[in-house]
Amino acid sequence: MGVRTVALAAILALSAVSLAAPVRAEDSAADLYRTYCIQCHGLKGKGTGINVRDMSVQPRDHTDAGGMGGLSDARIFKAIKEGGPAVTKSVLMPPWGGVLTDAEIESLVRYLRTLCGCKGAG
Amino acid sequence: MTTRLAALAVVLMAFAAPAAAVDGEKVLADRCAACHDLTGPAPTTLKALWARKGPDLFYAGDKYREGWIAEWLREPERIRPAGMFYAEHVKATEQWDVVDPSGLKDHVKLPKDEAAAVAAALMKRKAKSARVAQAKVEEVHLSTVMGDLMFDKFKGCIACHRTGPEYGGQSGPELYTAAERLRPEYMWAYMQDPQAFDPKIWMPNMHLAPADLNKLVRYLEMIAEEDD
Repeated sequence: MGVRTVALAAILALSAVSLAAPVRAEDSAADLYRTYCIQCHGLKGKGTGINVRDMSVQPRDHTDAGGMGGLSDARIFKAIKEGGPAVTKSVLMPPWGGVLTDAEIESLVRYLRTLCGCKGAG
Repeated sequence: MTTRLAALAVVLMAFAAPAAAVDGEKVLADRCAACHDLTGPAPTTLKALWARKGPDLFYAGDKYREGWIAEWLREPERIRPAGMFYAEHVKATEQWDVVDPSGLKDHVKLPKDEAAAVAAALMKRKAKSARVAQAKVEEVHLSTVMGDLMFDKFKGCIACHRTGPEYGGQSGPELYTAAERLRPEYMWAYMQDPQAFDPKIWMPNMHLAPADLNKLVRYLEMIAEEDD
C-alpha cells in the first residue's frame, strides 16, 4: 500500500508538472522557411527568390534532389547556422545562428529534406 | 479708453499666438498607432512579425533624424520595396519571384504642422537608448571601390538591400537613403545586433567587428550623398 501510494503520488506529481509546464508555441519549419529563407530561395524553394535578380551567385535550389542529396544534414545545419563561408560557399548566404535556435535549424534541415524528397549524404 | 486698449491687446494676442499648436501625441494616437507600435516590445513570434504593418516607433528617437521624419511625412515614398513583410507581397514568375505591388499601401501624408509635431513627439520615444549608446562610431576613410566591395562581396549586404533605385535585393529596406533617415549610432548598433532591436527580424547578425561597422556606416553615408 505504501509503495502504491508513493507510486500514485509520483504519477500525480509528474502529471502536475507536465500540465503546469508552459507549452512553448514553437514556430513551424514552414513558417521559419517563409520568414527567413524565401527571400533568396524563393516561394517554391527553387533558388529564385525576390532578391536573386542582382546576385552574382544563384542560391541553392532546395527542390533539386541531386544537389541536396549530395549534402549531409550536418553540412546543411552548419551552412544555416554559420553561413555560406563556413562551408566554403558564398557570403550571400548569411549566418542565421543569431536569430534561429539549434532546434529551429534542425527542424529546417528536416523541412529541406521534404522539399528535395531526398536523404542526406553519409 | 483702457477697455479699448485691452480689447485691442486681446485681438493682437490672438493673431500673434500660433494657430492652435498641433498636439503630436494626439496625431500619433489618431493616425499612426493603427499601423505602428508606439509602446513596444517588438514582435516575439513569427505571426506577430508577419502582422506588423509599419516599423516599430517605440524607439524612434534613438533611430531617426527628426528633420527627415518631418520632411518625409509630408511626401512619403516607399522605403521597403516589398512592403513591411516582404513575403506578403511577392509572386512567383517563370524566372524568379517579383514584388506584387497590388497589396502595397501608400503611407498617409501629413500637413507640415502635423508632420513637425509628430516628428517632435517621436523623438521622445527612446526605448533603445542604452543599446544605441554602446555604438562606438568613429570616422574612417573609405574609398568608393572598397565600400562597394565590402557591401557587395565581403559582407553580402547587397543580397537583401538596394544601394541605388534599381540595384540590389528587395526584402530589406533601401539603403541609399539610410543615412538621410537614420542616426549613425543607430545604424552601427543595429548592424551589430539586429535582434537586440527586433528579436525575430529576417536580417541576420553578421558578427561585424567595430572596424567593419564604422566602414559600413561611412559607406551608407557615401551612397546617400551620391543619391542627393
